[in-house]
Amino acid sequence: MAAETSHLGAKTRIFTAIVVLANVLGNSLMSRGVRLHGSILGSSALEYLQVMFNPYVASGICLMIVWMLARMALLSWADLSYVLPVTSLTYVLTAVMGRAFLGEQVSARRWVGTVFIMAGTALVGSTAVRTHDSAAGKPERSMAEAAR
Amino acid sequence: MKWVLVGVVVTATVLSDALQTAGVRRHGEIHDFRPGALGRAGAALARNGYVIVAVALMAVSFFAFLTLLSLADLSFAVPATAASFVIETFVAKYYLRERVAWRRWAGAGLVACGVALLAL
Repeated sequence: MAAETSHLGAKTRIFTAIVVLANVLGNSLMSRGVRLHGSILGSSALEYLQVMFNPYVASGICLMIVWMLARMALLSWADLSYVLPVTSLTYVLTAVMGRAFLGEQVSARRWVGTVFIMAGTALVGSTAVRTHDSAAGKPERSMAEAAR
Repeated sequence: MKWVLVGVVVTATVLSDALQTAGVRRHGEIHDFRPGALGRAGAALARNGYVIVAVALMAVSFFAFLTLLSLADLSFAVPATAASFVIETFVAKYYLRERVAWRRWAGAGLVACGVALLAL
């Protein structure tokens, strides 16, 4: 049990890092590309196609594909209620990127929010990666049921 | 318009994540990361009904998000769409049957407060 936990721990940390970095870089690149396009999207399908061939948006989409696949792998062993808070470091890094790379204003309140997110992430990161029985693909039985 | 798009993104994301998690869990833990084995896992997931619907919903969420980025700041769009976070913790408990202990609720609560502060 201890061996399984530590093996899950290392794998989980690596995949969490990939998920977070791919998401932050992907979103920043897409945001910059869409803004370079200039107008608000939504008038025609052709316009979306045009935007998707913008080099920033195209590289952003590639990173979002990496994000999606890494997250899917992570969810194959880790709880959704674990993955969500732990990968929420993306919110913090997005605020940093918004300021550094996109020239957005980040107020003192936003930095306080960032500290809350880091604290929440650390708290959830200290819990078990998995609380369901994934081998059977079924929810784990409660202690009461197991005792019967 | 901004908030309509946020609503579309959040709804599609919640449904997509719930189905995606249920789908990959049925497939089982991915533990072999050699290219051949990853290809086989990918092929199996591509035939998994839950994953197919989840990816379609992800595409809906993606295009709505791209439209949102064309009319709002990235540092508004990302925290605003994080409302999905709170809803999904309930989905994890009641639909996916995860055991959400007090440390996870507290952590999720702290993150939600942080996201609210970011969005204001």
